Amino acid sequence: MNFGFSEEQQIFRSAVRKFLDSNAPLEEVRRIMESPDGYSPTLWEEMASMGWLGLLVPEEHGGADLGWIDLSIVLDECGRSLFPSPLIASTLAVLALKENGSEEQQARWLPGIADGSQLFSPAILEASDILGPGGVQLTGLAESGGIVLRGEKFFVLDATVATHFVVAYRSGEDPEDIGLAVVDRASDGLEVEDTPSIDATKRIGRLVLDGVRISEDRVLASGSRKGWSAVVRLLDHAAAAVTAEAIGAAEGGHALIVGYAKQRTQFGSLIGRFQGVKHPLADMYVDIESFKSLLYYAAWCLDESPDEAPLYVSMAKAYASDAFTRIGIDGIELHGALGYTWEYDAQLYLKRSKWVKSAYGGSDHHYDRVATLGGL
Amino acid sequence: MDFNLTPEEEAFRDEVCAFLDENLPPEPERDEMFPLRWSQLVREKGWVGFSWPKEVGGGGATLMEQAILKQELASRRAPPLGTCIMGLAWVGPAIIQYGTQEQKDLFIEDILDSKYQWCTGYSEPDIGSDLAALQCKGVRRGDHYVVTGQKIWTSLAQWAKWMILLVRTDSGGEKKHDGITCLLVEMDSPGIEVAPIANMSKQPFFAEVFFNDVEVPVGNRLGEEGQGWQITIGALANERSGISEVSGLLWELDLLKKLVREVQIGGRPASEDSRVRRRVAEFETRIAAMRFNGMRYLTKQIRGEPLGSETSVNKLHTAHLEKYMAEFAIELEGSYGCLAPGSSHAVERGRWQKEALGWCTAVIGGGTPNIQKNIIAERILGLPHD
Ligand SMILES: Cc1cc2nc3c(=O)[nH]c(=O)nc-3n(C[C@H](O)[C@H](O)[C@H](O)COP(=O)(O)OP(=O)(O)OC[C@H]3O[C@@H](n4cnc5c(N)ncnc54)[C@H](O)[C@@H]3O)c2cc1C
Repeated sequence: MNFGFSEEQQIFRSAVRKFLDSNAPLEEVRRIMESPDGYSPTLWEEMASMGWLGLLVPEEHGGADLGWIDLSIVLDECGRSLFPSPLIASTLAVLALKENGSEEQQARWLPGIADGSQLFSPAILEASDILGPGGVQLTGLAESGGIVLRGEKFFVLDATVATHFVVAYRSGEDPEDIGLAVVDRASDGLEVEDTPSIDATKRIGRLVLDGVRISEDRVLASGSRKGWSAVVRLLDHAAAAVTAEAIGAAEGGHALIVGYAKQRTQFGSLIGRFQGVKHPLADMYVDIESFKSLLYYAAWCLDESPDEAPLYVSMAKAYASDAFTRIGIDGIELHGALGYTWEYDAQLYLKRSKWVKSAYGGSDHHYDRVATLGGL
Repeated sequence: MDFNLTPEEEAFRDEVCAFLDENLPPEPERDEMFPLRWSQLVREKGWVGFSWPKEVGGGGATLMEQAILKQELASRRAPPLGTCIMGLAWVGPAIIQYGTQEQKDLFIEDILDSKYQWCTGYSEPDIGSDLAALQCKGVRRGDHYVVTGQKIWTSLAQWAKWMILLVRTDSGGEKKHDGITCLLVEMDSPGIEVAPIANMSKQPFFAEVFFNDVEVPVGNRLGEEGQGWQITIGALANERSGISEVSGLLWELDLLKKLVREVQIGGRPASEDSRVRRRVAEFETRIAAMRFNGMRYLTKQIRGEPLGSETSVNKLHTAHLEKYMAEFAIELEGSYGCLAPGSSHAVERGRWQKEALGWCTAVIGGGTPNIQKNIIAERILGLPHD
């Protein structure tokens, strides 16, 4: 048993940190988040050349073939910087392709994702926001050697800049008849709408597929139950990725408040001396450490112990959703009026916490799943 | 990161399990005499003082072996390894680390054999959380310290043969931590008086202890004069990953789920009530977080890095769970929740009511939640002292 990072992982983390510190301090983050595309193509290219985009891609397809723990390290650090980039979208697509694509499909798409020339994003949820098989109503009807997709998708990460989508569609009558297919951004009948997020460092969009025709060889997993279980697994990857980013982001927000509490004086005393200030800060530390432990265990399970993964992913996401929400809110309150300003950074963490709590199931959803998996 | 056991660790766990399969019957099958037989058995097996060095009669086990053993024992609800609770938990480790050879010869084997009880004289009427300000005096006079003052909340005092006692030997020092000395005191020494205090369940498990010019031989001083604070902190720092507590909490959680499956709310099974489901899931999540936090601490210790104040995190989780799991259970019981422990009409003879009145040891005894928060805020986050 060893619940610690290896030396290589620690070195890797410092390298990631160094890159983000020098290229994406918060002034730069603000600039990127207000740019039309919401990410920096220059930095994206550098991320590709450093191997971040192909972290989980097998070596033969141009990647580093590393695992979920290494991915969590990158996401954790990206979160700390509130770094706007399509890394989660792209990585989830890699996982979808790796776990469901044929050898040929992987060879066709993974190298382009790893080198940054293609940007894939998963499109699973719809207007109903149901995180169960009933949530996938977009239809895929077989028609002369291909499939025609009709319906819409919501909450698609980085939709406006993606080159491809991995779309979940209904392939049959049984609730769990669900398929996954790769759809080109340029397809006829596909429209993309930007749906602004409360957190400008996160871009989400809506897709309308009005009779988009795709060929059979674009279908990853389809028919019977296989399709739905692939989507469940993808949703677990997604919830874990959001939580991994939430570690760094929550720590960043927490550090901002702690720093302020050590510097702001009222009633002749640093405010960090008042227990009404210091105890919530201690509680936040307890919470961050705890969902961090849950997340890293869940990340390990996703690779090494898949049967356990759903339970621990849900625990981590549920805990993080509530804990970060509180850090976001208290982060504003504990800064007084300063926290309410555009210029001060506390608002950026508050907004990220809103994104974290909503993305891929909030605490109610995940705690209910924990209850079910725990035998209730 | 790797959560699988190494082949050696796995072999060790198998050995532990095999022994337990053979020698530890399930709880309902254990008779009244079992705990005694059990303590002899595990003593022969070398599991008592398992992590203590072999030279003093311990098992010389590694931290990992110790954790594996504790976890297996706790998950099977094994009785304690010995009845000398405080001796095994902190007096023994303190003597091993700071004691003279004579003291080791005199005490360690008796502790391993649970020959008698130890008690702990730290708290005083005016001194609780701020332990370092303690007032009970020890004045050196020739070959003795003469102790005057009072201790309180001393668990097991009326049964103990020995006490580990903190006294102030020097009040002139700059820092209050400096003038504290640790003495090992025989409870039948002339001048000691013990007055039991009933807890809220009317059981006299702790006591006031009065010291009227009690003479303690200098040879019974543990460590140097003025080293008492360091010894106290060091002894408490021994096994703190909290991993073994998790097994006990998981056991409670299973019982809570059993209750949830049995009761109804408004004519429908409580297990379908979304609020109930969420509460139980929150408890389970917190316990899992404790388990993984504990593994991180253990990894740190195994790598040779000392544990700092981060263990307060799990203490706060424990405090929360101890207080609120039982509370939630009696809430589920509805009107039955107010029946006294032991009442024949109470659900499960009032086991949850008993718990709901019994969490103080865990929550107050080892430093209250407010104090744990101060520790985190000041020592980890670097916020100013209050
Ligand atoms: C079941 C049980 C067994 C015990 N056994 C022993 C034993 O064997 N030997 C022994 O020596 N002692 C024992 N104790 C005593 C225990 O160590 C003390 O109760 C504990 O240290 C708290 O001290 P106190 O009771 O004086 O409370 P106080 O320190 O007076 O605290 C009262 C309240 O004030 C709060 N408070 C205090 N200081 C601060 C602060 N700076 N900031 C915010 N809040 C603060 C506390 O959190 C608490 O809620 C036992 C206690 C219990 C309940």
